[in-house]
Amino acid sequence: MAQHQVNYASAGGLPVALTTVDHLVNWGRSNSLWPLTYGLACCAIEMMASGASRYDFDRMGTIFRASPRQSDVMILAGTLSKKHAEFARRLYDQMTEPKWVISMGSCANTGGMFNTYATVQGVDRIVPVDIYLPGCAPRPETLQYALMMLQKKIRRESANMKNNTKQNLRLI
Amino acid sequence: MRKYVPKDNVQKQSYYTDRFHVVPSTPREEVSTDEAFAKHLETLSAKVEIKSSRIELGSMVVEINHEDNYKALEILRDECGYAMLSEMSAVDYLAKDGNFEVFYQLLNLKEVKRMRLVMRIEQGLAVESVVPLYKAANFAEREMFDMFGIVANNHPFMKRILMPDDWEGHPLLKTYPLHGDEFASWYEVDKIFGKEAREAIGPENRDPARIDRYDTKRFSRVGYEVPFGADISEGETKTEIEYSKTFLVDYTKDSGEQLENRK
Repeated sequence: MAQHQVNYASAGGLPVALTTVDHLVNWGRSNSLWPLTYGLACCAIEMMASGASRYDFDRMGTIFRASPRQSDVMILAGTLSKKHAEFARRLYDQMTEPKWVISMGSCANTGGMFNTYATVQGVDRIVPVDIYLPGCAPRPETLQYALMMLQKKIRRESANMKNNTKQNLRLI
Repeated sequence: MRKYVPKDNVQKQSYYTDRFHVVPSTPREEVSTDEAFAKHLETLSAKVEIKSSRIELGSMVVEINHEDNYKALEILRDECGYAMLSEMSAVDYLAKDGNFEVFYQLLNLKEVKRMRLVMRIEQGLAVESVVPLYKAANFAEREMFDMFGIVANNHPFMKRILMPDDWEGHPLLKTYPLHGDEFASWYEVDKIFGKEAREAIGPENRDPARIDRYDTKRFSRVGYEVPFGADISEGETKTEIEYSKTFLVDYTKDSGEQLENRK
């Protein structure tokens, strides 16, 4: 017969967990980071691989969403051309707060090898970036690591986003 | 005696030329050497003025006046069998000859012959659109306009194809800087945030190896390490680098004594 009665006094603790609001909220946020399905160039291929079964982002609670309204993270994966910069910023604006940005690959970080008139020289010129991910293109493990770094960062931050420095730096 | 080379204006000259370098050139043949090409040229020259003609690398190159482009292509398509326009665009010879070369690369699928129709136009002049003859010219003429600023008259949709619609300048001109002009370098900032955000965002970094001396967030000087994000505009203190010491032991004689001393 199953044991129905739990002896709280001797089981090593009551079924009660004590925490802070910050910790609880950030636990939820960091474990359900939903990135926007938004690929710009070849880095997007690595991003797709990261989301697929072999590297499996789903196990980290990271599910790619097709709408900016449902997303928390924007992964800028690839070369951002000047023609497209406007639309990348618009998608970023459409995302609900709180939101984070991962700049994936050399092109997104600094313009990379596209040192030309038509490429944005670093996506931090148009959106505030949380994690810069080097590589050309970064392997899926690297993106996974970047995402884990972002989780760490979120857990370290205040749950009230107004207290975080990045939010105050944001250009509106 | 050594050959005299004028020394004035040396900076404009090439700083190094190989004595034995020969500029490669492809052999040019008369059109009459190829039967099919000769026939096509004959058909064409009956109605259009031919400025020059040759066979180069197995394809015929015919130069005409730019006013005749539609008529010439119509003849080539309908009477000579050049059913396909593989490519068309322009070449910037403004610095060299003061004009553009517009070329049409044609393919005859039945006889397996390729030819190029070329014509020179002055800057600011427009060409006649050949979209009614070749559908492939639609995007190609738009690209030619985008990259060189050569307008095609009577084109169904004369609009930029690669660059944004509000872009200034034509990037494939030899005079256009690779890193873009003033307009290009601020394009995304002006478009998204407005000109007043220029100061906050700052100019583009075009040097991929740039190191900011006072940026302690991304750079660290060896021997002058400071905490992350510290302000070092006033200078930083030197941290002496310590190396592990090496003891030298002479093993020839009295080595036992030396080892005893080390203990």
